[in-house]
Amino acid sequence: MTATDAKVALRRIKSFEDLERFKETIIAQEGPDATYVTICGVPGCGVSGSHKIYEAFVAEMKAQEEEKNIIVKRTGCQGFCEKGPIVTIRPQDIFYHSVTAGDVPEIVEKTLLNNEIVDRLLYEDPQTGKRHAHVKEVPFYEKQVKVVLRNCGKIDPANIGDYIKVDGYRAAATVLTQWRPEEVIDCIKESGLRGRGGAGFPTGLKWESSRNAPGEEKYIICNGDEGDPGAFMDRSVMEGDPHSVLEGMIIAGYAVGARKGIIYVRAEYPLAVRHLSTAIAQATDLGLLGRNIMGSDFDFEIEIVKGAGAFVCGESTALVMSIEGKRGFPKPLPRPNTSIVGLWGMPTVLNNVETFACVPAIILQGAAWFSGIGTEKSKGTKVFALSGNVKNTGLVEVPMGTTLREIIFDIGGGIRGDRKFKAVQTGGPSGGCIPESLLDLPVDYESLAKVGSIMGSGGMLVMDESTCMVNMARYFLDFAQNESCGQCTLCKLGTKQMFEILQDITRGEGRPDDIEILLELAEAVKAGSICGLGQTVPNPVISTIRYFREEYEEHIHEKRCRALVCRSLISYRINEYKCKACMLCLKACPVDAIIGAKWQVHEIDQSKCIKCGACMEVCPPKFSAVECVSGLTTGD
Amino acid sequence: MPETRLKKILSVFEGKRGGLVSILQRVQEEFGYLPEDALAEIADFLRLPASEVFSVATFYAHFYLTRRGDHLVRVCQGTACYVRGARDILETAQHRLGIKTGQTTKDYKYSLERVACVGSCAMAPVAMIDDDVHAKMTPLKMNELLAKNKEKGSEGGLP
Amino acid sequence: MINNISLTINGLDVKAPEGATILEAAQTAGIYIPTLCYCPGLTSEATCRICLVKIEKKKKLHPACRTPVEEGMAVTTDDAEIERVRRVTLELILSDHDFNCLLCPKSGTCRLQELVNRIGFDERRLNRLNRVAKDLPVDTSNPFFDFNPNKCIHCGICVRTCREIVGVNAIDMGYRGYELKVSTFGDKPLKESVCVSCGECVERCPVAALIPKKMEYPTREVKTTCAYCGVGCGLYMGVRGKNIVKARGDCENPVNQGELCVRGRFGYKFIHSPDRLSSPLVRAYDPLERIAHGIDETSRPGKPLAAPLVKREGKFVEVNWDQAIKYVASTLLHYKGDQFAAISSAKCTNEENYLFQKFVRTVMGTNNIDHCARL
Ligand SMILES: Cc1cc2nc3c(=O)[nH]c(=O)nc-3n(C[C@H](O)[C@H](O)[C@H](O)COP(=O)(O)O)c2cc1C
Ligand code: SF4
Ligand code: SF4
Ligand code: SF4
Ligand code: FES
Ligand code: FES
Ligand code: FES
Repeated sequence: MTATDAKVALRRIKSFEDLERFKETIIAQEGPDATYVTICGVPGCGVSGSHKIYEAFVAEMKAQEEEKNIIVKRTGCQGFCEKGPIVTIRPQDIFYHSVTAGDVPEIVEKTLLNNEIVDRLLYEDPQTGKRHAHVKEVPFYEKQVKVVLRNCGKIDPANIGDYIKVDGYRAAATVLTQWRPEEVIDCIKESGLRGRGGAGFPTGLKWESSRNAPGEEKYIICNGDEGDPGAFMDRSVMEGDPHSVLEGMIIAGYAVGARKGIIYVRAEYPLAVRHLSTAIAQATDLGLLGRNIMGSDFDFEIEIVKGAGAFVCGESTALVMSIEGKRGFPKPLPRPNTSIVGLWGMPTVLNNVETFACVPAIILQGAAWFSGIGTEKSKGTKVFALSGNVKNTGLVEVPMGTTLREIIFDIGGGIRGDRKFKAVQTGGPSGGCIPESLLDLPVDYESLAKVGSIMGSGGMLVMDESTCMVNMARYFLDFAQNESCGQCTLCKLGTKQMFEILQDITRGEGRPDDIEILLELAEAVKAGSICGLGQTVPNPVISTIRYFREEYEEHIHEKRCRALVCRSLISYRINEYKCKACMLCLKACPVDAIIGAKWQVHEIDQSKCIKCGACMEVCPPKFSAVECVSGLTTGD
Repeated sequence: MPETRLKKILSVFEGKRGGLVSILQRVQEEFGYLPEDALAEIADFLRLPASEVFSVATFYAHFYLTRRGDHLVRVCQGTACYVRGARDILETAQHRLGIKTGQTTKDYKYSLERVACVGSCAMAPVAMIDDDVHAKMTPLKMNELLAKNKEKGSEGGLP
Repeated sequence: MINNISLTINGLDVKAPEGATILEAAQTAGIYIPTLCYCPGLTSEATCRICLVKIEKKKKLHPACRTPVEEGMAVTTDDAEIERVRRVTLELILSDHDFNCLLCPKSGTCRLQELVNRIGFDERRLNRLNRVAKDLPVDTSNPFFDFNPNKCIHCGICVRTCREIVGVNAIDMGYRGYELKVSTFGDKPLKESVCVSCGECVERCPVAALIPKKMEYPTREVKTTCAYCGVGCGLYMGVRGKNIVKARGDCENPVNQGELCVRGRFGYKFIHSPDRLSSPLVRAYDPLERIAHGIDETSRPGKPLAAPLVKREGKFVEVNWDQAIKYVASTLLHYKGDQFAAISSAKCTNEENYLFQKFVRTVMGTNNIDHCARL
């Protein structure tokens, strides 16, 4: 049987027992002896052709006409996107990566039918050269602890049965039928859960203040705006395990006394919108959303609102304005918190996707279990989107307090191409760059803040020595000035001016006191801006100056870029001793800046060169005659 | 009949609170952009000042007030993509289509845009043509992608 | 209002009524806090950030224009840190402002100029800031005032005025971030918008972004009542030499509380018009009749003409008020009841209109009386 969705007679679930029965029916239907083939079917891997693999499996299984009970599933992100598409075979947990449709017959033949392992698809540890057959042995997964991502990559997100099978909605059922709302809040408070959207506000306290605030209608909003460039944690959860978010929201609604939930999703995430809509429809069909959920007297419904392209709308008050159909201008202090006066002036709990996804797990496994993970002040786990110049890019979930070094080197496998590590950026445009000397820093809210960065929503960008820190700061400020809503002077004009100055520096037009002026502007923008955007976007400037001041100085005083990134500060040269006058580069140069002929050593006319690097790319490695050097060559 | 199309969209929002952004999204889905008459009618429908509708429409990056190309080429300039050479990809696309970011080719076949992260950072650098994500891009791949599409007949250049 | 809240500002004990802002409390106590986007009578959106102050035990800086006083609050309005933030704010605004003060009509009354004098700036920093050339077209479409976006500091006062005071909502903040711009629907010239040219926004714009077309400073002001309609707005006519060069609403006047409409504010130019009538005229067609009414054709030749017109052939003859009234009275004798109808003017006061209808009903014996209801 190749069934992807267990065909359970859709009956409304009206009690805790109904849910149990539903779960048992599914287990019975799939059979205790089932083998599962799970294929990552979301964009990361989808781009690399995972749908073809899925089809190939389905076709192949048909052809085999075997008796064996094998179920093929498309799942959300399995984390190790770098090596996608990923196919995992359970219950053995055999892990194949970089699979193509062509590999499918072999996998079916060997692994599924004959319990053999296809060696060449296994992960090979580049350090030891050892091949690992099982998920747990792959170093990328070894140190991870999955709470938020507990189901991501294991279940079919488009099938509510899959979720219920792994105890989905059991937490909601428990709470709705056996707990008082105050008990829910106490449990969340005790667990020490803090908001995963950036600021780390204690979730239980937030719920409590909404519960106690007067208001005839209350709202639960899930913040899925995920605007930080370089972050895709929330996306993966919404795509890979949408029901866990819905369940978290239902529990929050019950605890707070809200009957309406809204998920605000970034419009760039069409698949997340699709999966969430499917999930909402399925949950409604089963009576897990709507009126009298699971026989209780609690009603709750959830609606999806799509963003319209504004980073600042991730900010709580701007998000509320956006849902109300207004411009996303954050409200200035002093103002009541959204938890007291939010959507339509009513108490509104706004939490991040990941925060909600933690909730069912906490209810089921207990506050003590959750607070047992992590550090003293930061409990539980955190998902990071590891990207940049690191070997294993992808989604990783680790206990709070794991060091940066463990994440980047043990899980991330270190730097690509074995270059030297330079810095890691956390928190996106609001965060800071952390240098090598601080690699042993435990990752938690307080430690990151102390070194001038923030936890943020979980972007973690690794940079090697080929990254120019001034250019990096310029990049983030460019983002900031594009995304500033523009209402307050300091943020609108301050980010613009900092960007302009950084741009000058990267162009070799920096002036001697630019660093001081940048810092003065940055401090003022931080201190005086209305919202969290203006108050944090100077961080990349401040932190790069703090840890990489010498790079700024080189750019400004010596007109050099050591990372060879800033085009105005580098030049290409042909080493006359190495050049074999092969004419390759001469032909490749788009602006005919290379002088030379057959048998005549080539030379670059610096006045014409646009520094595209084409010559360097085409020069055969055995000659390596083209060199890129820092500093300007003034021709002759 | 653009008017009845608009009326149909609006009728769905009858009696709903605060639908402006959602209405604009729906109208843009229908027309490809936000024609000025439509904005005026939306303002009437919601009993909002027209100036406010205009201000909301110009605030959000996704809304366009002029006609767009049939295909939308978006090159990610998010952090992860940027450190892996997204700038070159964007420049290639600009060159190939003969337009700058934010512009539309003169035959209204393509509009080119930058986007800050589409959430496929692990596959950086990334570009999107309409809803298809293309991962691990190189300038060469960009060229090929657009060339393939170009056979379908775009001339490039500004309108 | 009872001043029942005690707080300290810069160490001084200050009392303020509940609901007052720190700014209001400071102003009453004679403590200066710079402001730019604040405008009395409008909501404070606290966007310019020039009035930021410190409040003891609170982490962030708070805008004085929006923060209500609280019992026992300890406020600091300037110290080194506040000063730094304020200066940077001001420098940033200047970097984005076309500050050719010498040629600016607002020079002398410009609020930005005042802030520069009071707060000061760091020359080194200001010089470093890029004067990103903004060369947006000036909107000169409105007959009474211009909008120069290159001078606009985005305080939003005009937008709030049009929304909260006038209720026309002709303008709003369009676009976002650095591109933010005061714009009409479709970013069209003001003349093509729903703007009623009341000029309330112009009156409040702190800089020369919204500015009357011809701006002259009066040497003295005369308090008067607007002659246009029966509402009776109080206004001050600004006089320069023998001419009226400006009108502004009288904030003390209970009728309009400082507000004016387009006629009151910009419609004073008729006063000096050569076409203006300054004495009554009658149109007489017959020399005999003229003599019968004692009209002397030769008197006061060459003077401008004036009013009650009788629709008959003949030519206009200038008369004095006695003659005119006599003429009217004698003519009215010929009509009675529904043969007669009258229209009165909105330019008259309520009292005058009352008397007129009384006259028409009781003396002329008809209900045929109407009112032009507008100008
Ligand atoms: C400029 C700005 C952007 C933000 N973007 C996001 C976002 O994309 N996703 C998110 O969950 N929180 C974002 N936040 C944080 C939210 O304002 C809010 O604190 C959070 O959603 C609360 O949920 P939590 O308590 O679960 O973290 C942003 C904040 C600011 C100031
Ligand atoms: S800090 Fe920036 S984004 Fe936030 S309100 Fe001010 S201008 Fe807008
Ligand atoms: S003149 Fe009056 S109506 Fe016109 S924009 Fe200004 S305030 Fe609004
Ligand atoms: S035009 Fe004047 S009042 Fe309006 S925002 Fe600009 S500076 Fe402020
Ligand atoms: S998207 Fe497939 S593993 Fe992440
Ligand atoms: S940065 Fe390009 S997809 Fe995230
Ligand atoms: S005057 Fe208070 S913020 Fe502008």
